[in-house]
Parts: sequence; C-alpha cells; structure tokens
Amino acid sequence: MTHTHLPGQTRQGERLLIGIAVVTTLLFIAAPLVYIFARAFSQGWQVYAENILHPATLHAIWLTTVVAIIVVPLNVAFGVAAAWAVAKHRFPGRGILVTIIEIPFSISPIIAGICYLLLYGRQGLLGPWLQANDLQVMFALPGIVLVTMFVTAPFVAREVLPLMQAQGSEQEEAAVTLGANGWQVFTRVTLPNIRWALLYGAVLCTARAVGEFGGVSVVSGNIRGQTNTLPLHVELLFNDLNAVGAFAAASTLTLIAVVALILKAVLEGRRA
Amino acid sequence: MSIEISAMTKRFGKTDVLRGIDLAVQKGELVALLGPSGSGKTTLLKIIAGLEWPDAGRLAVDDQDWLQLAAQDRRIGFVFQHYALFPHMTVRDNIAFGLSVRPRAERPGKSVIAAKVDELLHFLQIAHLADRYPGQLSGGQRQRVALGRALAIEPKVLLLDEPFGALDAAIRRDLRRWLRGVHDATGSTTIFVTHDQEEAFELADRVVVMGAGRIEQIGHADAIHDHPATPFVAQFMGATVELPVTLHSGRADGAGLDLSALTRRALPDGPARLLVRPQDITPVPDADAPWRITTRMSNGAHLRLVLNHPEQGEAEADVPRRAVQAAALVEGAPVRLKIEAGTIFPQDRSAPPATATPKSPQARLESSR
Repeated sequence: MTHTHLPGQTRQGERLLIGIAVVTTLLFIAAPLVYIFARAFSQGWQVYAENILHPATLHAIWLTTVVAIIVVPLNVAFGVAAAWAVAKHRFPGRGILVTIIEIPFSISPIIAGICYLLLYGRQGLLGPWLQANDLQVMFALPGIVLVTMFVTAPFVAREVLPLMQAQGSEQEEAAVTLGANGWQVFTRVTLPNIRWALLYGAVLCTARAVGEFGGVSVVSGNIRGQTNTLPLHVELLFNDLNAVGAFAAASTLTLIAVVALILKAVLEGRRA
Repeated sequence: MSIEISAMTKRFGKTDVLRGIDLAVQKGELVALLGPSGSGKTTLLKIIAGLEWPDAGRLAVDDQDWLQLAAQDRRIGFVFQHYALFPHMTVRDNIAFGLSVRPRAERPGKSVIAAKVDELLHFLQIAHLADRYPGQLSGGQRQRVALGRALAIEPKVLLLDEPFGALDAAIRRDLRRWLRGVHDATGSTTIFVTHDQEEAFELADRVVVMGAGRIEQIGHADAIHDHPATPFVAQFMGATVELPVTLHSGRADGAGLDLSALTRRALPDGPARLLVRPQDITPVPDADAPWRITTRMSNGAHLRLVLNHPEQGEAEADVPRRAVQAAALVEGAPVRLKIEAGTIFPQDRSAPPATATPKSPQARLESSR
C-alpha cells in the first residue's frame, strides 16, 4: 500500500481505528467475561464454592462432561471418515455429501432439537416403537447426546477436509506399494498428516458441545439433577433469581471456553 | 522379472487412455515410456504398480497374473514424480517404512531393518541426511530418498514416474547417470516414464514411444531418431516441418526442394508427406527458387528462419549462426531448401492435403527446445 496522505494524518487515522477496535473488544467481549467472574465471586469464595459444590450444579457439570466425552470421539471418527471419503475417493453423490455435512452449520440448533423431538418423542415417528421396546431417548441422556452430535457434527470434518484435499492420495499410494495394509496406511500415513487439524477440530467440537443450549433445551426436559446440562443449569439458576449461583456455574463454562481458546491458538501455531 | 502386457485398454469416462497396449519387458531391462502428456504412459505405469486397473487385457509378471494381485502383494518399487515422501518421518524412517509394515511373521528384526537402512543410505550417498525430515531436503536429495524407500523392499520391478521432472537441468544429468548405476547394481527390471527424449535415450536400453494411448514405436535411440515408424513419432522427435512431396519410383520431388540427400522409399507413386527437423533444412540462396525468408531470429547459437512459399505456406529452418552461408540468409532473400534428412510417409487419405505449416503451438514448442 502506498501512503498518499501526510504521515502525521495517516498515523492519526490509524490510531483512531485501532482505538475503536480496542474499545469495542473491551466493551463487548472482555467486560462481560470479567463481569461473570466478578459476579460469581461477589459474595466471596465461600459462597462461590457452595454454589459450585451444590449437588444440582455438580450433576450438571458431570452430565455436560459425559455428553462431551461421548460426542467428541464419535464426531472425530465421523469427521475423519467423512473427510476421508470425500477427499480421497470419487463417487456419485460426493458433492451432496459435502453439503449434507455442513447442514448443521446453517440450521438453528433449536430446530434440530424439535426435529429430534418429532422423530423420537412419545408422539413422534419412532415413539411407539421406542416405547414398546422400553427405550427412553427424549428427556434423557441419549436425546441430549444425539442433538449435541448433530449440532457439532461438521466441526472436525470441516477442519480436516481441506487439508486432506490439498495432500491428495500420493502418500497413501506410496504406502500401499510399499506393502502397507489399509489400517497401516491410515494410522501411519493419513492420520499423522492431519493430526493438528484433527486436534484443532476436536477442540472446537468440544467447546461447542459443552456450550450447546438451544437444541438441548428442547430435548432434555430440564429435569434438575437429572437432564440439566451446564448451560441449561445456568439459565435455571438465573430464573430462580440465584444470580451468584448462575454466575458461578457460568464461570466454569467460561473457564472451559478459555482453555479451549488457548488450546486453539496453540494448535493454530502448530498447524502453520 | 519379465513383464508381459497384452491387449490392454483403459478408459476414464469418455476418454480412451489406453487403446490396446502390447509390450514385453525382459528381466533386468531398463525401459523408458516416452510420450507427450496425455499419451497414457503414466496410466500404464500405475496399472503395472496396481494403483490403477485396466478395463481389459493381461498383465503377467514371470507368468503370474498380476491383475489378481493387490498392489501390496506385488512387491514393486514405485517412485512418484513428486516423491510422496512421508513428511512426518525422518529419512531413515521413510526408507524403513516398507520393511516395518510387513506382517509380524515376515518382518525383519529392528536391528536387521536398521542395518538394511544404513546400507541403503550409504549406497545412495545420503548417509548424512538420515535424521532429517523431507521438508529439509533439496529436490535431488528427496529423489534419492524416494528411491531408497522403494529399493528397501527389494522390489522385483522398479517403476519411476517422471523421475527427474521436478529437478534442475544440471542435477538431472547427474542423477540420470547415478540411476543407471543403481539399476545396474541392483539388477532389477526398471520402467520409467518421461516426456523428455534426451532423458529416455540416454538412460534406457529400449524406448517405448507412446501417443494417444497407443505404442507408436519401440526401439533404441538411433533407430527411433533416424527411422521414426509413424508421423507421430517423427513429429514428437522434432520433425515439425511438414512438406508435401511427390513420389516417383521411390524418389521424392517437391517445389523448390533439393531432396537428393534422401534415400529411396518403397512407397507407391503419388503425393506423400515429408517430415523434417528444422535443423535438417539448409536454405541455399537461389534467385529462381520459390521460397522466401520472411523472418530471421537469432538465439545466439542458431538462426531460426521462417520461410514462405506462395502455395505451400510456411516452413522453419535452423541454421548455425556462424555458418559461412548464414550471412547471405537475410529477410526477403529467395532460397531453395536442401533437405539433409527427413522421413517420407504416405499421404494420409482421411486428412486434408498436407501443408508445410507446423501443426500446432505444441509442435512449435517441441521444435524450439
């Protein structure tokens, strides 16, 4: 870029723009974060600890963790498989598959939740069959897991796919000519090549799975101490006018998000 | 290992990539598949490797049907054009890969693998690079590592796809001699693909010229150079100037052409095509001749002359710039063309009458090399 302005003027303009960016960031992103912790600790450590250690809150943390532990590995497997199928093979319907993988990005999670309700709920399409076989999907862990999986499905595939496409299949072909079987090709050539993108996708997927609210709120039934995930629990406490409790619970969520963010930054560095 | 390919065909969608390939390669032979891009040479190589499958035909290696064998079980060494080294492994691990993925029962012990890798590293003169990663190597070094990785499994057949395509001219020449040495030392049967005539002729025992999915000619360098079997081979070998001639009991005759240097051809009387390299045309100043020099360009060593005939269009000639006669070859001068060497082919009945205009931009490029 060539500067045609006077140096002084340009510098002033730059300073103004940077100033606006900094103020906006502080006001809309940093301040709420700080405020969460400030409110959570507003009545001291003791009250904060009591709120966190409340059985319902602990259960919400536990449930959210369980959901993430189930969802993330499944979506990592799905993402790698989908990216591998699309990047390394040519088959009819390949383009459609790419579009389908991205659907959860464009659909509001609450719609996903309602769809699952209509499919698996008591009055739903599969409802009678599920009831006959004594399977509880809605308002229970399976429903929460299903919706979270749907919402977070594209994260890993979207990170891994472009990389796999850029790398092509020559390394895999080389491994095959050297005598490697399919599993060896995958674990020793394909996987190491995508490991940073894969981890990055997994971190994004985890952050999203932990924070998922809309879809889960439809299918969980909000049963305190049973089907309440952490985001739902925050809302519940807030509606109970238990501000400190709500902010304490929110602070754990925030902490997870911050850790994910740091991991993401580190991984981005590794990838480049 | 002797390789026998017969009646092999392959289509990709609507394109016929291979249209009936018959080829036999003897044990220990070094063969080049030479052809322009799109001639099917790489596809043929990949079929031998087991990375592609033909639609029809046979592929037998030492009388064993290889089309029944997966690539894993063929024990071939394949060197990719861009090497396809594993970027997350050191040179040592890259070379050891083929041995370390063997089923447990056949896998050599760790120390045996290490010794084998060391031996290869020394043989390929890359021992000092053993602990580097592919990203830290130059093109020529990667080429050696790729070859080492392929040789580690002691392949029965060594296949190389454009082995020097991505390298500088000077490194190419070195590696060419070195590859010949490797081939002779290992005694493997080797097939490599190239679009570079010089490379093919210098390195290979026999050259297979391919064009548009067919084998056009198989032979040694001199034979292909002097006696191209088809117009395609002649043009690919640089004979990009096409002149219409008339045959009379084997003698050719053409307007403003001196064809006395050409040998007789056993072809029927009548119109025929003469294919000539620009450097085999010597323009001789002649006030009565129908050709005129329209353009005169110099690249330092050679003059490239564009010649025009009122009825036959254009032709190109290369003349050494310091040659005695070069001074007289100025733009506008009338000349007759003395043809030093060339090949006469019968008139293609399906094609329109030949003109002296070079075929296409591609042909021009080929001839200016």
